[in-house]
Amino acid sequence: MTRSFVRVVLAAVAAGTVALASGPAFAAGDAAKGKANFTKYGCWQCHGLEGQGSAVTSLGKVLAPDPLPWESFSAFVRTTNRAMPPYSEQVLPNEDLADIHAYLSSIPKGKDYKSIPLLNQ
Amino acid sequence: MSRKDSAAKNAASKLDRRNFLKGVAVAGAAAGAVAPQAAGATPAAGAATARIPSVLPPSASTIAAETGTPAKETNRIGGTAGSDFMVDVIKTLDIKYLPANCASSYRGIHESLINYGQNKMPEFLTCMHEESAVGMAHGYFKITGKPLMTLVHGTVGLMHATMAIYNAWCDRVPVIIVGGNDADAAHRPPGVPTFHSAQDINAIVRDYTKWDDTPVSLQHFAQSFVRGYKIAMTPPYGPVMMSLDAGLQQEPVHTHNGEKLSIPKYVPTSPPAGEMGAVREAAKLLANAERPVIIVDRAARSENGVRLLVQLAEALQARVVDIGGRMNFPKTHYLSAGRPAIANADVIIGMELSDFWAMVNSYIDNGESGIGINQSRLKPGTKLISINSVELITKANYQDFQRFQPVDIAMAADAEATLPALLEAVKAAIPNDRKAAIEKRGEAAKKGREEARARAREAAAIAWDASPISTARLVMETWNAIKNEDWSLVAQSGNVSGWPQRLWPMEKYHHWIGGSGGYGVGYGAPASVGAALANRDLGRFSVSIQSDGDLMFAPGVLWTAAKHKIPMLAVMHNNRGYHQELMHVQRMSSFRNRVASLGGDMGPIGTSIMNPDVEYHKLAESMGWWAKGPIQDPAQLGPAIKEAVAAVKSGQPALVNVWTQPR
Repeated sequence: MTRSFVRVVLAAVAAGTVALASGPAFAAGDAAKGKANFTKYGCWQCHGLEGQGSAVTSLGKVLAPDPLPWESFSAFVRTTNRAMPPYSEQVLPNEDLADIHAYLSSIPKGKDYKSIPLLNQ
Repeated sequence: MSRKDSAAKNAASKLDRRNFLKGVAVAGAAAGAVAPQAAGATPAAGAATARIPSVLPPSASTIAAETGTPAKETNRIGGTAGSDFMVDVIKTLDIKYLPANCASSYRGIHESLINYGQNKMPEFLTCMHEESAVGMAHGYFKITGKPLMTLVHGTVGLMHATMAIYNAWCDRVPVIIVGGNDADAAHRPPGVPTFHSAQDINAIVRDYTKWDDTPVSLQHFAQSFVRGYKIAMTPPYGPVMMSLDAGLQQEPVHTHNGEKLSIPKYVPTSPPAGEMGAVREAAKLLANAERPVIIVDRAARSENGVRLLVQLAEALQARVVDIGGRMNFPKTHYLSAGRPAIANADVIIGMELSDFWAMVNSYIDNGESGIGINQSRLKPGTKLISINSVELITKANYQDFQRFQPVDIAMAADAEATLPALLEAVKAAIPNDRKAAIEKRGEAAKKGREEARARAREAAAIAWDASPISTARLVMETWNAIKNEDWSLVAQSGNVSGWPQRLWPMEKYHHWIGGSGGYGVGYGAPASVGAALANRDLGRFSVSIQSDGDLMFAPGVLWTAAKHKIPMLAVMHNNRGYHQELMHVQRMSSFRNRVASLGGDMGPIGTSIMNPDVEYHKLAESMGWWAKGPIQDPAQLGPAIKEAVAAVKSGQPALVNVWTQPR
């Protein structure tokens, strides 16, 4: 994944939709639908409703903000053979997965911990 | 059983409860004197007060009492109740509380405890479920290091208690469980009491108790109760079970061939320490290691254990991975480390690990051929040392011994008892030319610790303002409200991604009670109440992160806390589901290429606790707690907890129901 691609994605996120590659084809991701799909397909269970992850259930992996670029993201979801179960296209269609990616990309960056008094005691 | 056997041998058995009508006629003469005379014995019940002779003429009431038909019989058992003597035995062991759910099969000793024993040492605590009673005893021990006893109905009550007993077994916690049982099939009441009787009630829990017995005489009870206490309290600690015949409780005290009842003196058994040859060999390996790692699970049994571990770690400048069966090692110490440290080790010492295999291997649950993948975490040549007292009590059926992990040095010994010798041996074994390298290792650990702390805070900041509320926010808002108290976290983990261990300055043994042992859901609430009871007496502030699913197993323990004025703060981690299981079903669905059916909820059917949502704050309020909720807005969380803390400090238990992120 190139930096230019990431810039394109970020620009698209800013515009409200994301142009995403799924193999040779591109799908338009819808962040609102993606949020619903994130729940529907159970992603939230290990990754949290905001993609924040958990030291226990996602082994510390954080999905948002700044999710993996689409190609890496989709490849991982389809083929993972580690702790996360794979999601086939039959279970999670490309379009729905693209929406999920759009949702994760739309989540704004959180606060710097240094600005949170409770985390600086 | 006991009473009939003794009846055959002893004429005094004519006074047993089956013959009480006959016995009434001779009751006065039979008032048994059982003054203890054995060496090391304690005075027992039954020493009747002698009547002072009088030269005065009898009063009208005395004449009526001696010549008329009594309007009401007194002391129909014809002597001192056997269960009074049992109370005398129990009182010698300084057992402070007795959480229990009442039951007819132990009515004899129940009555003796509250009347003859004046409901002190032990004090009866009314519980709504036997699982709650044992769970409370479990939590209480984690704070005090002292066991409690409980009474259960021999069959159905013990069945209720079993999961909590299994947790105590796995967590190496002593609990004295006494089950009432009416063994005499020819004389016990028919119907319900017979449904509730069995030949051998102890069989239900024999696989996960250290010892059990069925006393058939009062002297047998005295020996067995003290023996049971001693076995339970010898590391590795564990629950013990005693079946208590209803007849033995209710029959009057009578002696065999003039033998006086006595109570054996309890003398604690010293815990097993590692053999010195093995200790020196282990010390040599550790002293010469490049990257030694100490892994601890239940290594510390007390504050002294924590201190000894710190000394050992600092002598070696070795990183310490605390698995959390207990609060073993200060989380603020620069040598406190996460599990990744294990992969870099060249020598690892595991102390009281419940699962050594899982520390040095990983298991990936990826459904490959239906079983998953095993992988070693170790570098080739890494040496392993184990100190584990549980090797002394391994049983066969239940698999709490986990997978077999070969090691290079194994000591079947108690870690805390072995630590002083190991520490001295390590200091003696460190070569002079290694001291500079060891010091340098410490400097690297300090730097790594600061970096890890910054990473934890960065992770905590993500989704800080989310609703439902993030578990990091939940934990830190709670911390903010209790930080000025002498606090004690009386929850197992709370399933909140380990945030308290990562972000709170957890340094003292009582700062956290550690895990449940057997991971039986339903432990959290009763253990927290039991630990809060102990902390109440010590003047500490108890705080719990209470999971929703856990509370619903036996929520009646909330009432017990209110009834007995046990102040504590319970902050609900209400993610509205059995989250662990929710993920399992999702995993199965994905492995099988199916979309998980949600049935209108957020998690797969059968795993969500929503629609309707449980109003835990109302549940708690109905049982006498101060309560507030549901809190969904993170901005409202801090003020709500602050109010709850004020309620706790006024002596009340308080609960804040918070809707949270999953983990």
